[in-house]
Amino acid sequence: MATITAPAYRIIPIIPALIPGAMEGPGPYVASDKINEALGFPGHLVDDWHDKAIAKMGDLLSKYRSLKVYMDACVHCGACSDKCHYFIGTADPKNMPVARQDLMRSVYRRYFTLPGKIFPKLVGARDLTREVLDEWHNYFHQCSECRRCSVFCPYGIDTAEVTMAAREILDTVGYGQKYSNEIIGKVHRIGNNLGLPAPALLDTLEGLEEDVKEATGIDVRFPIDVHGAEVLLITPSADFFAEPHIDSLIGYAKVFHATGTSWTLSSMSSEAANFGMFIGNYDQLRTIALRIRQAALELGVKRIVVGECGHAWRVAYSFWNTLSGVGDGAEPNDRFAQMLQKQLDHRYKQPMHICEFTWDMIENERLVFDKSLNDKHIITFHDSCNVARGSSMGGYPGGQFDIPRNIIKAVANNYYEMDPSTTHERTFCCGGGGGILTDDLMEVRVKGALPRMEVLQQVADEHGVNFMACICAICKAQFSKVLPIYGFDRRVVGGVHQLVSNAIILGVK
Amino acid sequence: MNTLLAIFFYLSTLVFVVGLLQRIRNYANTPVPLKIPTTPAPTTTGGVVLRMTREVVFFESLFKANLWTWALGWLFHFSMLLVLLRHLRYFTDPVWGWVEFIQPFGMYAGILMLLGLCGLWARRLFVERIRYISTPSDHLMLVLFIGIAASGLLMTFAVHTDVIGVKSFFLGLMHLTIQPLPTNAVLYVHLSLVCTLLIIFPISKLLHAPGVFFSPTRNQTDNSREKRHIAAWAAKLESEK
Repeated sequence: MATITAPAYRIIPIIPALIPGAMEGPGPYVASDKINEALGFPGHLVDDWHDKAIAKMGDLLSKYRSLKVYMDACVHCGACSDKCHYFIGTADPKNMPVARQDLMRSVYRRYFTLPGKIFPKLVGARDLTREVLDEWHNYFHQCSECRRCSVFCPYGIDTAEVTMAAREILDTVGYGQKYSNEIIGKVHRIGNNLGLPAPALLDTLEGLEEDVKEATGIDVRFPIDVHGAEVLLITPSADFFAEPHIDSLIGYAKVFHATGTSWTLSSMSSEAANFGMFIGNYDQLRTIALRIRQAALELGVKRIVVGECGHAWRVAYSFWNTLSGVGDGAEPNDRFAQMLQKQLDHRYKQPMHICEFTWDMIENERLVFDKSLNDKHIITFHDSCNVARGSSMGGYPGGQFDIPRNIIKAVANNYYEMDPSTTHERTFCCGGGGGILTDDLMEVRVKGALPRMEVLQQVADEHGVNFMACICAICKAQFSKVLPIYGFDRRVVGGVHQLVSNAIILGVK
Repeated sequence: MNTLLAIFFYLSTLVFVVGLLQRIRNYANTPVPLKIPTTPAPTTTGGVVLRMTREVVFFESLFKANLWTWALGWLFHFSMLLVLLRHLRYFTDPVWGWVEFIQPFGMYAGILMLLGLCGLWARRLFVERIRYISTPSDHLMLVLFIGIAASGLLMTFAVHTDVIGVKSFFLGLMHLTIQPLPTNAVLYVHLSLVCTLLIIFPISKLLHAPGVFFSPTRNQTDNSREKRHIAAWAAKLESEK
């Protein structure tokens, strides 16, 4: 693989001129027969892929109102056309959200609308050919399902919904992506994305206990499979050994320790991430979510808390109640959901984000910090896309922006915001979300990070910012890899609970 | 000619009403399996009504996206609304007071509507990104609207037509009788284009009008943790276990 260099920063952030075909190519690695069959997909591209794909599209149109309305409603106004980080970074016109949707909309019009059947050329309808299918595989894997386009669309059209549908169709005909499907297989087999078996996990946690004891002199526990614990922590498996993720895991443990909260991890359900969402497959999404339900029921926990992970929090916050009953407000005759909801303690939000948990404890003055311990860091906060636009915190709109910032300000002295056109609901994806975090898509990842790197450079120059906090495992992994390519130290990125961990004073309350 | 236009009107109105209702029923009957509001989103129904109102009346999201497109689009849509309301005088007898009142505004709104349309078309022609995503039908749709607006304005300001005659024609249509229509080529063009628009409406991107109300990212309340949301087809998966 050729070395990938960072694209140049734009002097003023103007909209790039189009470079048609800039990102043409075969797309990511295709999943092998073995990987696909493990998920119940055909092993490789089936002979009757055309008919199967169209039938699947019809099926999805009848199951998802979002897809149906979004296929019809676009007027090609162009509001979204300059909003996607992949378009900004690559200038490939097919990375404009509207053009990406049109890759599918053109096929929808040909097979499902009257004008497209009669006058295909007039309305931009086209047959589903092998070339079109290849194009789907390529360009629908240059979308991170970050929803930035949906903020600006006058009809709320969310390209993520279209990308998910496209990937679902590709999987149905045996043309799925290796990265996502392989990882989903690992969750089913082993319980987490990394394929970390229980004994390895136990080892890691023991090691962590020793490390923290050495550093602080205090016995901070990392309990696992503890029946009757109050809190079940579901966290992305990257937290167990990837850098800088692990520092946040230590942070969660210290918060639980300092507040005297009984908590546990689960070896069977050791993953917050849910790649079922990335491939738009409801069954996979649901099956993965059910592991958490099962762990909660088996361990008899009262609360479920989720670690720092962007799309995982979207799935937990927005979908878990639907998929697995983790939440509140099920109908009394809904036996499936009631079974779990009766067990949970509804004085607390279910599920709860670790930031909500920590902020709650800070507000109740249950935690003590020495902010100066973070003084070497001049901090900014990167809103992770799925947290910002697909979830909330604190029970009010915008809590997902305030709470992590509140925590940072409570544990550190130096904090600066990045350009407001790139934060909060307008935040840019890190460039690695939604199933893109794989080495075979490195060029897409590096170029997609451009808009975030530009404004990070800005605050680095103006305020000397040297730490970008975030609450997403994918952001952390993506930036660790991409930051050096843009000339930053890889340790510039880290978790919010890494900062908490640095400043927390144990053993005083 | 008046018989021909009368038939055209009945036909196109039928297509419009039936087509649109069918489409709306179709949207309404398609399940929404997951909670996908674009957050931050309102947590109450009242909040959603407010959000939708801001979206439909002020084009809030478009305002965030691009000021030019917003200004031109808003100008076009709200001028058109005034123009449409002004046209109620051809369908009511006696004319309602407020319709009488808005007549002069409606006339000038016609000009603004045309300006908005021309601006939107210029954007489609000259902005590289928008040109790239435009299909022939996108251009034709603007041509159609420009044709309707221009022919209407022509009758208002230049080649006047016998508006009393036009009114009796439409009142006649509403009572299922075919009255004579003033002989005026511009009028024939104007009315034929309107009929064409009515027919195209339920099978084209004009479906954005009903569509926006059914858009889950805009019309869902953000209360997924407090209330279990489940589609019928998804609930079946639970009973199969």
